[in-house]
Amino acid sequence: MMNDKIKLCYDVPADDFTRAGEASSNVKSKLKMMGVNPEIIRKVAIAMYEGEINMVIHAFGGTIDVVITPDEIEMVLKDDGPGIENIELAMQAGYSTAPDNIRSLGFGAGMGLPNMKKYTDELNIDSTVGVGTTVTMKVKMNER
Amino acid sequence: MMKVNELINQCGFEVMNEGNHTDREVTIPFCCDLLSIAMGRMPAGAAWVTVMANINTLAVATLADAACIILAEGSRLDDAAYQKAKEQGVTVLLTENPIFETALMVYQKLHA
Ligand SMILES: Nc1ncnc2c1ncn2[C@@H]1O[C@H](COP(=O)(O)OP(=O)(O)OP(=O)(O)O)[C@@H](O)[C@H]1O
Ligand SMILES: [Mg+2]
Repeated sequence: MMNDKIKLCYDVPADDFTRAGEASSNVKSKLKMMGVNPEIIRKVAIAMYEGEINMVIHAFGGTIDVVITPDEIEMVLKDDGPGIENIELAMQAGYSTAPDNIRSLGFGAGMGLPNMKKYTDELNIDSTVGVGTTVTMKVKMNER
Repeated sequence: MMKVNELINQCGFEVMNEGNHTDREVTIPFCCDLLSIAMGRMPAGAAWVTVMANINTLAVATLADAACIILAEGSRLDDAAYQKAKEQGVTVLLTENPIFETALMVYQKLHA
């Protein structure tokens, strides 16, 4: 079953917290059905959720493409939001521009991007101010 | 070692949503209200004690693989979150006690 390449595509709606996390949950249950190692699933679920929720909070939603191969899981999250001016700064633990109404929901610790780094084997952020952000993450199937 | 259902009985929590995995082992209590810190630090199988009771709490609990959520200080899920808890089979427990006392009680039961 794991010999094939599986591609999954999701639309992440803007400003909809009731649906944010659905794409990540869906990928999680698909990986579970495929019998992927629970630790790998956890890494993918955490990293993808942080990216997904960032697209809802900081951009206007977007799309997520997930490609699963026997070697790795690749997630590409694309939005056409405001972009990130200083990626190095955004990556710092504790840095957040989340407004108060978002913080009152429990977001805004500035740990989303650090989590994405921590739980993936590769993280690449490509962002242009006023155009949008593409986040590419890879998790290897074999635990390092 | 203790399962979620044993923890419910021994700690006298009110059950807001029983969930589908009450035979799961609880590993450790974990406290944090900031979602991405919880996401990054919560061990799998944790009993997550928090006052944050919205739909994002459910998402974090499921994705980070918590064993159950314990809402402290009398906080309760809103309707949308309650629906999500039922849908996803997440165990959600309630207590009037503060976060620290709740986590301490869980810890003591786990290590009794
Ligand atoms: N897709 C995005 N588009 C525009 N800006 C972004 C995007 N993702 C992240 N950022 C910027 O990077 C900052 C840091 O992101 P990070 O996920 O680490 O923290 P946060 O979302 O603010 O809070 P937390 O994730 O801890 O709830 C954000 O506050 C925001 O300014
Ligand atoms: Mg974030």
